[in-house]
Amino acid sequence: MLQIAFFAFIALTLIGALTVLLTRNVLYSAYALLLTLLGVAALFVFAGADFLAVSQIIIYVGGVLVLVLFGVMLTSKPTTISTSTVVASERSNAILAGSRGVWLGVLLAAGLFFGLSRLLMNAHFALFDQPISKAPTTIDTIGKQLMTEYIVPFEVISILLLVALVGAGYLAKKSIKP
Amino acid sequence: MNPSLSYSLLFVAAALFSIGLAVVITKRHAVVVLMGIELMLNAVNLNLVAFSQYDPSRLQGQVFSLFVMIVAAAEAAVALALIIQVYRHVKTVVLDELTDLKQ
Repeated sequence: MLQIAFFAFIALTLIGALTVLLTRNVLYSAYALLLTLLGVAALFVFAGADFLAVSQIIIYVGGVLVLVLFGVMLTSKPTTISTSTVVASERSNAILAGSRGVWLGVLLAAGLFFGLSRLLMNAHFALFDQPISKAPTTIDTIGKQLMTEYIVPFEVISILLLVALVGAGYLAKKSIKP
Repeated sequence: MNPSLSYSLLFVAAALFSIGLAVVITKRHAVVVLMGIELMLNAVNLNLVAFSQYDPSRLQGQVFSLFVMIVAAAEAAVALALIIQVYRHVKTVVLDELTDLKQ
């Protein structure tokens, strides 16, 4: 039962990612990205990372995806395709993205996937022989780690977030004085 | 989760990374290219989390992927601000049409 759910979430993730690749409509690919991010959050749960699954949903689905949708809406421009000859998802109010060098890109990605899977099939990771974690939750370990071992990156990344917030607000301003 | 499922997580991460690379290379809309970058970062996170399960005392992979997520959020915010500003100046976000440094 658990395995069926695991492979169903894998299928959800990969189908969402392939839809991002194959569709021409930008809004469709944004919603397919939503499917992929939710699938990755579910796979985090299966890998025993409950805190990361929740933060994946909050940060990516609640933050990044809404930002991406705002970006799509704010940069759309009415197209001049006639409505009669095109299929439903490519009507004139749809925001389309063309492709370039399709065969080169797909060939490169397929070659990368082939190489990586050859590598993974021949590899044997010594870490996978270790005993698995029996802790009910990972939150307390992550909290202790963030306050002891990773305190410097934690503080640096808080400054980075502040700088990115101020910088994004400044960049998106209506008019930048030269 | 037994190690064979962890191996299949690694394969899923490899597939997600390859699909993200294909999206970044082939698509011409700047926002879709950004989506491809997010896919690649998610694949990396999946890889880190798959290994981190066997390291319960330190959880280095999970903490690292938390940092990756935060950097990805900051990157998306700045990149979308840049895309909106580019659209205001040049009236297009198709990457092949952005050929001039100054109009």
